[in-house]
Amino acid sequence: MTVLDIQGLSVSYGTPRGELRALRDVSLSVPERKIVGIVGESGCGKSTLISAIIRLMAPNARVRSGTVRFNGQDLLALPEARMRGLRGTEISMVFQDPMQTHNPVLTVGRQMIDIQYRDKRSKADKLKRAAEMLALVGIPDARARLNQYPFEFSGGMRQRIAIAMALMARPSLLIADEPTTALDATLEVQIIKRLRELQDEIGCSILFISHHLGVIAELCDEVVVMYAGEVVEAGSVRDVFHHPAHPYTRALLECDPGHIKEKTRNLPTIPGNIPDLVSLPGGCIFADRCPQRHDACTEHPVMSEASAGHRAACHLIKAGAPA
Amino acid sequence: MLSYILRRIGLALVITVLAVTTLFVIIHAIPGDPVSTMLGPRASEDMRAALEQRMGLDRPLPVQIALFFGNMLRGDLGTDVFSNRAVTEIVLGQIPYTLVLILASIAWSAVLGIALGCYSAVRRNSLGDRLTGILSVSVIAVPAFVVSLYSLLIFAVRLQWFPAIGAGDTGDILDQLHHLVLPSLAIGLSWVGYIARLVRASMLEVLGEGHIRTARAFGLPERRVILGYALRLAILPTVTVIGVGMGFLLSAAVFIEIVFSRPGLGSLVIDSIMQRNYPVVMGSVLFSTLIFVASTTLADIVNAILDPRIRSGK
Amino acid sequence: MSDTSLPKPRSEMGETMHHLLRDPLGLVGLVIVTLIVGSALLAPWIAPYDPIAMNIPDRLQGPSAAHLLGTDQIGRDTFSRVIWGGRVALQVALPTIGGAVAIGLILGMAAGYGPKWLDTLIVLFFDTLRSFPTVMFALAVVALVGPSLNTVILVIMATSIPTYGRVVRTLTQSLKEAEFITAERALGASTLRIMGVHLLPNVLGPLAVLAAMDIPTVVGLEAGLSFLGMGVRPPTPSWGSLLNDGYSLIRNTPWLIIAGGIPLILTTIGFTFLGEALRDVVDPKLRGKGGK
Repeated sequence: MTVLDIQGLSVSYGTPRGELRALRDVSLSVPERKIVGIVGESGCGKSTLISAIIRLMAPNARVRSGTVRFNGQDLLALPEARMRGLRGTEISMVFQDPMQTHNPVLTVGRQMIDIQYRDKRSKADKLKRAAEMLALVGIPDARARLNQYPFEFSGGMRQRIAIAMALMARPSLLIADEPTTALDATLEVQIIKRLRELQDEIGCSILFISHHLGVIAELCDEVVVMYAGEVVEAGSVRDVFHHPAHPYTRALLECDPGHIKEKTRNLPTIPGNIPDLVSLPGGCIFADRCPQRHDACTEHPVMSEASAGHRAACHLIKAGAPA
Repeated sequence: MLSYILRRIGLALVITVLAVTTLFVIIHAIPGDPVSTMLGPRASEDMRAALEQRMGLDRPLPVQIALFFGNMLRGDLGTDVFSNRAVTEIVLGQIPYTLVLILASIAWSAVLGIALGCYSAVRRNSLGDRLTGILSVSVIAVPAFVVSLYSLLIFAVRLQWFPAIGAGDTGDILDQLHHLVLPSLAIGLSWVGYIARLVRASMLEVLGEGHIRTARAFGLPERRVILGYALRLAILPTVTVIGVGMGFLLSAAVFIEIVFSRPGLGSLVIDSIMQRNYPVVMGSVLFSTLIFVASTTLADIVNAILDPRIRSGK
Repeated sequence: MSDTSLPKPRSEMGETMHHLLRDPLGLVGLVIVTLIVGSALLAPWIAPYDPIAMNIPDRLQGPSAAHLLGTDQIGRDTFSRVIWGGRVALQVALPTIGGAVAIGLILGMAAGYGPKWLDTLIVLFFDTLRSFPTVMFALAVVALVGPSLNTVILVIMATSIPTYGRVVRTLTQSLKEAEFITAERALGASTLRIMGVHLLPNVLGPLAVLAAMDIPTVVGLEAGLSFLGMGVRPPTPSWGSLLNDGYSLIRNTPWLIIAGGIPLILTTIGFTFLGEALRDVVDPKLRGKGGK
């Protein structure tokens, strides 16, 4: 059973320079009770993808084609009121910057009660529920801390609160947008561990966005690699990380400090920049930066299977080149 | 919270003391002195000396200042040289008229300005937003007394919809309200534009912040997101501005009271200057300064109540 | 999309003009301001009559070809007085704002860059100055020294200093921490050099915007005080005294008030539009800070 199934999604932004094609023909799916990671550099379309799923897009954004099926129904075709009904109940979000996530002039308790506004229970019950959730994510003395304001919590605490809020309604899908990027490494480990435990307990699926490969490897079952608005590789974490089929994924892995085995004076980088999404080059979008560029690359590659359940958009796969 | 309020009131007291002292020093530093002002150029030396002594002006400046503060604490700002009534009593008799005028003006202009600003921010770049923008900018800096003269000409003299003179019969609330319309329209008009622009700008800033996206991602109704989450935060700068704006409103009220021949602090000051009634002028200026300092202090305290980050000093 | 545009580099004069001309409201403002400043400068040549010459037989005439805006109670030509009134308005506004900007600049930079105690002292000074309602303060001084142009200038200047000083202080404080300044300091640049070469140019743009938006306020105050008979002395033509003449005759000769108010409204709209457009060019972040 698939919780989230995105097919052929293309999203553009209207800009003074012309149409910026932020997402092009993106397809991916999140199976039930699985954690799927999305990895890619900034500007690869991760944020656009999330805002398209929960339909909170910038005013100048437009879905050109595609479907976003959530438990079978196409979110893009839902009336706004129905969509709003899903947000925070069936689909929840945890955002990147915990310092920005909460309203600074309302108490944490107030905000946690507010998001239960659909519930008909008493305020005391809602407060009790909020305290339980805070305790669950590991905030000591939860009851008393509900009366405090966001600025009275540290960044790590605030991210725990954000996770507590997101899981309060026991959603079937949690979307986490780089939830640990703003935190330091020890906190990151704690939060990831807690997230994994909670996912197990609640039984939800998670779409986890990160540019930190180590976290993805630690947490996720499957991974989707995005580059410049396209999916370039997708498969199980084991397949993708151990046998990357796309040169971009390989480059990403090589640049990850956790993967560097030899002593070196210079950290490796991928030469070049992401292409201009207003005037896209024809052919493979990674060709300009690809060390294995060849004649076929002037044609846009389609996703093809490198092994069972492991697909990548590269001409080398068909050519049978070593992965 | 309490400690913040106490600190803020302490600061207000310091500023009041400094302001009064500055006023004293300036008045001594500039040419012209109260005695000649009051008696005119043909006064005899004896008359001058008598008046100087009566007003305590024959003593050294620091002693005068100290005496003045001592008297002020007892509510004694001297006596009117002509009627022999206490200045405090005269000024306090006029303050309610001015306060009612100012509060009425700020009330209607704040309500309308906040509503327009919200609308403009939510419907950004719509026709309504653009129109509101142009109108706001156009009225922002037009002096209140020009508005008052034009509205006097149009609505009182020509159309005769509203009375031109006075504050209405005491005890007749409807009559007083009827007299309040044109003056408060004149004072408030530029504030509508100003507050609308301010609220629009801070709403747009707040609406772009992460926590608004969170509120929407949790499916909160848009109405609650705008009014309960965004405006709650965007209103803070407006509260400060309204507090500081009391100074401008007090200034505008002087003109408006003259134009509409309303009683109040402004009329009192102008009349007293005409009569060379120096103690009353000083008393009025002092009270208007006190009102101003009190209103900025109050605005800060209201802000601290609305914004927990301020009261904890973060 | 939220505002992610980077702060624009300081525009050259030509670029500023280019932006102004593209903004329709800015263009309207520029035209009005040019008109007002031009007619004030050229008053002796374009005013059809001597603004203070009495002409009793022609008193209280309505608008006509000979007197575009009619005449007042002693037969002076209103149109000529309106044009000359612009001169007085600018004579008050320019030194007032110039002085306030200069003093505010020095104090604000000292507060923002100097030691903590100096900052506290200057801010306290600003708060004190700010705590006098301008008109009341002016009236208190006028009560002592009598009405005059210079009194008006000095009082408005004094109460305007904090407006500029506070903005300069805030800007200086934020710039002080900017990387290029820290680097400059590390290289041993003197405080004066940092202030003159790095801080000043960055502060001038926002100050110019504030000053442009402040001109209508000062012109309005001058007119207001003159209207009360506490500013410019008769027979010098001022828009405020014109309004005062009109006020006493409001029931029978409304054109005096209409004529006195129009230049004030035009001035405020012109300078406000220009100031807004300038601000959008110089610093979009300043939005909502000018005006009052």
